[in-house]
Amino acid sequence: MGWTRDQMAERAAKELRDGFYVNLGIGIPTLVSNYIPAGMSVQLQSENGMLGFGPFPYEGEEDPDLINAGKQTVTEIPTTSYFSSADSFAMIRGGHIDLSILGAMQVAENGDLANWMIPGKMVKGMGGAMDLVAGVKKVVVVMEHSAKNEPKLLKRCTLPLTGAGVVDMVITDLGVFTIDKKGGGGMTLIELAPGATLDEIRSKTEASYRTSNAL
Amino acid sequence: MQKVYPDARAALAGLLKDGMLIMAGGFGLCGIPEQLILAIREAGVKNLTVVSNNCGIDGVGLGLLLDTKQIKKMISSYVGENKTFAQQYLAGELEIEFNPQGTLAERIRAGGAGIPAFFTRTGAGTQIAEGKEQREIDGEHHVMERGLVADLSIVHAWMGDTEGNLVYRKTARNFNPMMATAGKVTVAEIEHLMQPGDINPDHIITPGVYVKRLVHVPNAVKHIEQRTVRKRTAAPAGTGEEV
Repeated sequence: MGWTRDQMAERAAKELRDGFYVNLGIGIPTLVSNYIPAGMSVQLQSENGMLGFGPFPYEGEEDPDLINAGKQTVTEIPTTSYFSSADSFAMIRGGHIDLSILGAMQVAENGDLANWMIPGKMVKGMGGAMDLVAGVKKVVVVMEHSAKNEPKLLKRCTLPLTGAGVVDMVITDLGVFTIDKKGGGGMTLIELAPGATLDEIRSKTEASYRTSNAL
Repeated sequence: MQKVYPDARAALAGLLKDGMLIMAGGFGLCGIPEQLILAIREAGVKNLTVVSNNCGIDGVGLGLLLDTKQIKKMISSYVGENKTFAQQYLAGELEIEFNPQGTLAERIRAGGAGIPAFFTRTGAGTQIAEGKEQREIDGEHHVMERGLVADLSIVHAWMGDTEGNLVYRKTARNFNPMMATAGKVTVAEIEHLMQPGDINPDHIITPGVYVKRLVHVPNAVKHIEQRTVRKRTAAPAGTGEEV
């Protein structure tokens, strides 16, 4: 029950607006690009130095000099521009990117995010995640509601943070929450996925949250 | 002043020392100075600290310098693609300092621009901020990060002229331009060697002042880490061409 990975991506795509510059993380967030509404101008940013990229290349047309931040071969489109990593993160840290959609291991009710390391396991590094959550105007997390029956929406993150008070919205397979990260107004459940119930969400959520009157 | 050297080994002659700090351009395997890395392996210098966004993959790029245990410490943002790295790290043979990718890029840019430190929101409230000076600016927490300067920077460019003016190609630009500015000595490998005047001055990304030595690497073999493609769809009837 609830949303599939693709349906979560489709729900996340509803946060897109015409003219947005958007950075998508690896995994479910990448799928969001399949749901950009026709006629809407959305430019995707890749933090290795590209703004505006197209689909994967046709077989035989892969270019080793043309990759996205996941190191996958991609293509150029008429709006494409290239720049250095410093310019790329100036764009990100300077607040010029409108929306970042990324995955998470844990999110806390105050907007804290943990998605880069598990102590005791081999750490791969945070890549650009800390910069994205610190600098992008709106941060949307897309993740499974719980992992092996352990809640991922918590009162406080137990894993090392990627950012403190950075998440604006969480989309899980069961529903959608907003977080008032600046105002300290906490977390609110605003939508239920089809088939999900308020009781199920309550039982799988450690974080305190309000339920929107609409529900 | 002759900046062009006959091969990678000659371009690095006299510059390599044990224990030095080297910046190496590239993102994944895209835009890495591979021939210069091979020459460093051949030279055998050890205890290197290497600043690079990643550490190659097993047997390719900086991964080559892991095989020979020439690297003591990496300063990177992500090293997930390398088994040798994990083995050496878990065995205590290799140190890693993780920097957020934008902080890493900016530390290099700052180093090259003579800026010893800067404040950023990135990492505030995380373990990246521990032990660093922190300051509240305009009501938000910021972390002080230091500029980075290298004993040697090695970069890869698409075109370069004999003056050292460089142009990069597509996403192979990445960390190369900042690293070119942040090396006490910068050596560039270039795919196409041009004469002064051949490159439109408006198109030059790295002015020659930053580049001390050049090596021409025509037919450089390039690697793809994640080959992702789509299938060609059949042409609509009657169009007679592929769409």
